[in-house]
Amino acid sequence: MAAITMRGVTKRYPDGTEAVKAVDLDIADGEFVILVGPSGCGKSTLLRMIVGLEDISDGEMRIGDELVNDRAPKDRDLAMVFQNYALYPHLSVRENIAFPLRIAKVPDAEITKRVEEAAKVLELTENLDRKPANLSGGQRQRVAMGRAIVRDPKAFLFDEPLSNLDAKLRVQMRTEIARIQRKYGTTTVYVTHDQTEAMTLGDRVAVLRKGVVQQVDSPRNLYNDPANLFVAGFIGSPSMNLLPGVLRGSTLELPFGSVELPAARVPQGGGAERQVIAGIRPEHFEDASIVGDDDRGHGSTFRSRVEVIEWMGSELYAYLPYSVGGGSVGAKLDELAADLDLEQTSGDDSQIVARFDAASRVSEGGDAEVWVDVRRVHLFDPDTGETLTPRETAGSRDHAPGAVQD
Amino acid sequence: MTTTAIGGEQVGADAQAAHSTWAPTRRRHREAGRGPAWTIGALAIMAYALFPVAWIASLSLKGEGDIADGKLIPTKPTLDNYRTLFDSGEFVRPLINSIGISLITTVLAVVIASFAAYAIARLDFPGKSLLLTGALAIAMFPPVSIIGPLFNIWRSTGLYDTWPGLILPFLTFALPLAIWTLAAFFREIPFDLEQAAQVDGATPFQAFRKVILPLALPGVFTSAIIVFIFCWNDFLFSISLTSTDEARTVPAATAFFTASSNFINPTGQIAAAAIIVTVPIIIMVLVFQRRIVAGLTAGAVKG
Repeated sequence: MAAITMRGVTKRYPDGTEAVKAVDLDIADGEFVILVGPSGCGKSTLLRMIVGLEDISDGEMRIGDELVNDRAPKDRDLAMVFQNYALYPHLSVRENIAFPLRIAKVPDAEITKRVEEAAKVLELTENLDRKPANLSGGQRQRVAMGRAIVRDPKAFLFDEPLSNLDAKLRVQMRTEIARIQRKYGTTTVYVTHDQTEAMTLGDRVAVLRKGVVQQVDSPRNLYNDPANLFVAGFIGSPSMNLLPGVLRGSTLELPFGSVELPAARVPQGGGAERQVIAGIRPEHFEDASIVGDDDRGHGSTFRSRVEVIEWMGSELYAYLPYSVGGGSVGAKLDELAADLDLEQTSGDDSQIVARFDAASRVSEGGDAEVWVDVRRVHLFDPDTGETLTPRETAGSRDHAPGAVQD
Repeated sequence: MTTTAIGGEQVGADAQAAHSTWAPTRRRHREAGRGPAWTIGALAIMAYALFPVAWIASLSLKGEGDIADGKLIPTKPTLDNYRTLFDSGEFVRPLINSIGISLITTVLAVVIASFAAYAIARLDFPGKSLLLTGALAIAMFPPVSIIGPLFNIWRSTGLYDTWPGLILPFLTFALPLAIWTLAAFFREIPFDLEQAAQVDGATPFQAFRKVILPLALPGVFTSAIIVFIFCWNDFLFSISLTSTDEARTVPAATAFFTASSNFINPTGQIAAAAIIVTVPIIIMVLVFQRRIVAGLTAGAVKG
């Protein structure tokens, strides 16, 4: 087990494109860190640079105290689970798991013992003598993990290990991975494009975009205090509503009306009128008719038409149409949508996704009084995309209805 | 040959069926398509391919008297031709030459070609396409055009009428074949497997020997068969670059067969020799065919 330290790690291809740009990342011993981002953001490349399958063009990569920039993968003592498992098809499950030990010339008795131990942990004992071709997807996934845990490496590296499984198995294996990582306490770096995996598995999550680390933080901080528009839009499902707005002092003008922001939410040095992008998560809207009196004072209400309702049982999603003026802010939002692979309706008409309590009686096509929690409005600079909202310190805030807290 | 090929195809289909749930349906569809037309076609091709073989077999079993009777089934089957063949001493030494030279060439070609093909499949190096084109050009080169110069060079270097004298030109033409075949097989093996082996602590050579080579075995056997048959069937080099039984192979030696009298053609013995040289090829294909199982890499990666 060891810490992994990256300083200015860069991947530059011969044609000059940079897949990974000056990444600084400290992964503590025993920590579970997730690299997440849309496809093409460089997360897999970064992982492959840690393991040594990709050269490091610039910067320093340390595992423990040792600089490993020029070390071959075999000398880095890391174990990796590939997206497609990469099992050796000509070997039985037993020999697949034993492979790293055989290469390391571990005595036979020791190999048998360790393989059987790993098989027990992974519930593979019955399948030890079968070939990978005769296993189900979940079992193959376990074999790939067996090959990793059997050696007691310095760190586990996972490259989108669950993306080939069906939804049900994915949830099951996700728990399994968390359990195994906790059992062995091994430093783990896990690449995924799935934010649910990122949020549920990681001690800390690093969000990447175009090879640049946007924010490294605990899942909760990423959710509550996104550092910029990209993280705000990427984390959370359904994603945060991003609306063009104008800030005057503490008054924020939004497409559906003006809201008064509490002092804690007003950017420092505010005052002058400025363009902003406001971010409000779906759960910070509510059907005004069911908001308690206590909360009512913390927000504003506005009337809106409800275009579509998706009833989920425990909650419902209401789609509220609105018009934007377009302009530079609109273009910024469109660019972000393209980046995030979101189906943002381009042009002047857009919609807000609001999450209401299942008790809400709003009807499709009708009008509704909608309450918005002003304590949870995020403001972003439309030019840089950086957050303008003062960072929230844990515990300083009241519990808001629907807010994700535990 | 035709029947064994059908068997091989079904092995492949089974491996697929084990893999995807809808494969069995697809297979049934395909078999339903094999109506009477398919059967008649297959029989016609088999007859076309096997009739000459049957005729040669029949000739080899006929005595000198009824060799020209034009009947497919010999009236008085006899093994005299085979006996004469082995007693005469004109055949045994060439047979040894054929086996030895072909086997040595095959082993050398497959070993050298597997390293070359692996590099070609995995690495990007300057001149790679030039190398491949060059190899292809050599394979396409008409051998007869180099026979003259080769004859002179071999005589002055002492390679004339020796085993290495045949192995060298055989290798020259067999290597490109083997490299192309093997490179195609190596390309099929997922690169991830090799990277997984490296992460698991293997050196590049260990990864090659323990992971890639076992998976490329069908390809190795396929190219071995191709090379072996190429050497075994060669007539041109053997007839031109040998003068005695020292290195002369069977196809060339057959042309020098003498019958019991100068006025009779040794037809029966030539037929017997043809049958004997066909047997190793059939055995080889049958033995290796079982190794050439489709879908050996199944289960390596989710596909």
